[in-house]
Amino acid sequence: MNDNVMIQVKNLEKHYSDGSIHALDGVSLEIDKGEVVVIIGPSGSGKSTLLRSLNLLEVPTSGQIIVDGVDITDAAIDINLHRQKMGMVFQHFNLFPNMTVLKNMTIAPMKLLGKSKEEAEAKARELLCTVGLEERADAYPSQLSGGQKQRIAIVRALCMEPEILLFDEPTSALDPEMVGEVLDVMKSLADKGMTMAVVTHEMGFAREVASRVVFMDAGSIIEENTPEQIFEHPQSERLRNFLAKVL
Amino acid sequence: MSSWLENLQSQFILNFVEDNRWFLLVQGVGNTILITAVALLIGVVLGALVAMVRSTFDKNGEDMKKRHKGSYNLLFVCNAICKFYLTVIRGTPVVVQLMIAYFIIFASSTNGIGVAMIAFGINSGAYVAEIIRGGIMSIDEGQFEAGRSLGFSYAQTMNYIIIPQVFKVVLPTLCNEFIVLIKETSVAGYVGIRDLTKSGDIIRGRTYSPYMPLFAVALIYLFMVLILEHLLGKVERSLRKNER
Repeated sequence: MNDNVMIQVKNLEKHYSDGSIHALDGVSLEIDKGEVVVIIGPSGSGKSTLLRSLNLLEVPTSGQIIVDGVDITDAAIDINLHRQKMGMVFQHFNLFPNMTVLKNMTIAPMKLLGKSKEEAEAKARELLCTVGLEERADAYPSQLSGGQKQRIAIVRALCMEPEILLFDEPTSALDPEMVGEVLDVMKSLADKGMTMAVVTHEMGFAREVASRVVFMDAGSIIEENTPEQIFEHPQSERLRNFLAKVL
Repeated sequence: MSSWLENLQSQFILNFVEDNRWFLLVQGVGNTILITAVALLIGVVLGALVAMVRSTFDKNGEDMKKRHKGSYNLLFVCNAICKFYLTVIRGTPVVVQLMIAYFIIFASSTNGIGVAMIAFGINSGAYVAEIIRGGIMSIDEGQFEAGRSLGFSYAQTMNYIIIPQVFKVVLPTLCNEFIVLIKETSVAGYVGIRDLTKSGDIIRGRTYSPYMPLFAVALIYLFMVLILEHLLGKVERSLRKNER
């Protein structure tokens, strides 16, 4: 195992309690520092379950998830400390509706990292500038468009200075004309060397930004390779079928 | 016409002025407010505690089972006690509970008002608990996930993110529960407490004239409820000023 590995997933299994669904079926995956891993696959293939397992929002039935050399599935570790270093962006934004944009962004750094209000707000405003929303610092989420909400959600995660960002279908709930602005932010993060794991249906983004594309189906990883290989030379029948439908 | 007015006047004098009977009503209002206020306090504290136990068990139980077996067991027992409490209190009439409290549990106590405060408080707590729990459950799961993904613990997520939102959601229903409580205390006469209703009834018994005392009692309740509605409406508006 090289020093560059950020997350190592070993043999992850997830069964839902009623036993009917086998969401993850022995998945193993490595994510290196600075990599952008894009996970694609048909719906119900387990890609969101895999992503949500990485910060234990979804608790796997068995297997290991090793982050920075620590197995976070071990019940003895403090998962909250690990989550501080793993930002997450959700399909439905999940901004706090009763707080302003600024408060959304500063509450975690102030309460968890012990930052002063000034310090946290300065950082938040600086990040808002990078996504072009510095004017909206005092707005409430309900006053923002979907694309703006998602950009705020991304910088809210960045306020905790995470080592990796997890994106769970970040553009799926957006109107088509707003998808671009969110993907642009994600692309510029990737360019800055942020480690990212992205579940998405945006094949253009996968092709252009991913350092590696992972194709999942029925709870297993079927293929993982560079975007060129995945899109130009798919090996498996299932991937070819999937691409035929989405491209 | 004038004889009707004269009749009204003499009735008024008979029911409220003679023997200083109005003072009974004042005393009654005082007792009703006292019982309601303390019961409210007990109800909210108790209700919040029970709601906390119940929703923590529902939302965080699985996680605790894996990570903190000891506190999970404690929570499991507390949750069972809370469920039992809710079933018993919501399944029996408040008058019966009041009488059990007064004639059995606190049989040795002579402080009827104190017993009534506790009995109504424990009763109200059950309803408040379910109101608050309903509020917590109504908050989008994504809010919990967003809080947890930032690194907040379950308790921190509750404190900083969920509870402030719950407060706003439950306020109208909670307000309704307060109004119900004021009026429910009118059964306090069953255990010999001179609350507002009982005072009106005492006057009726002495004057043999039901109209004035009973309408007076009804009007006073209505007035108290209107004041409460007004105050809670103000709180609600100031909460809603933000967002949306």
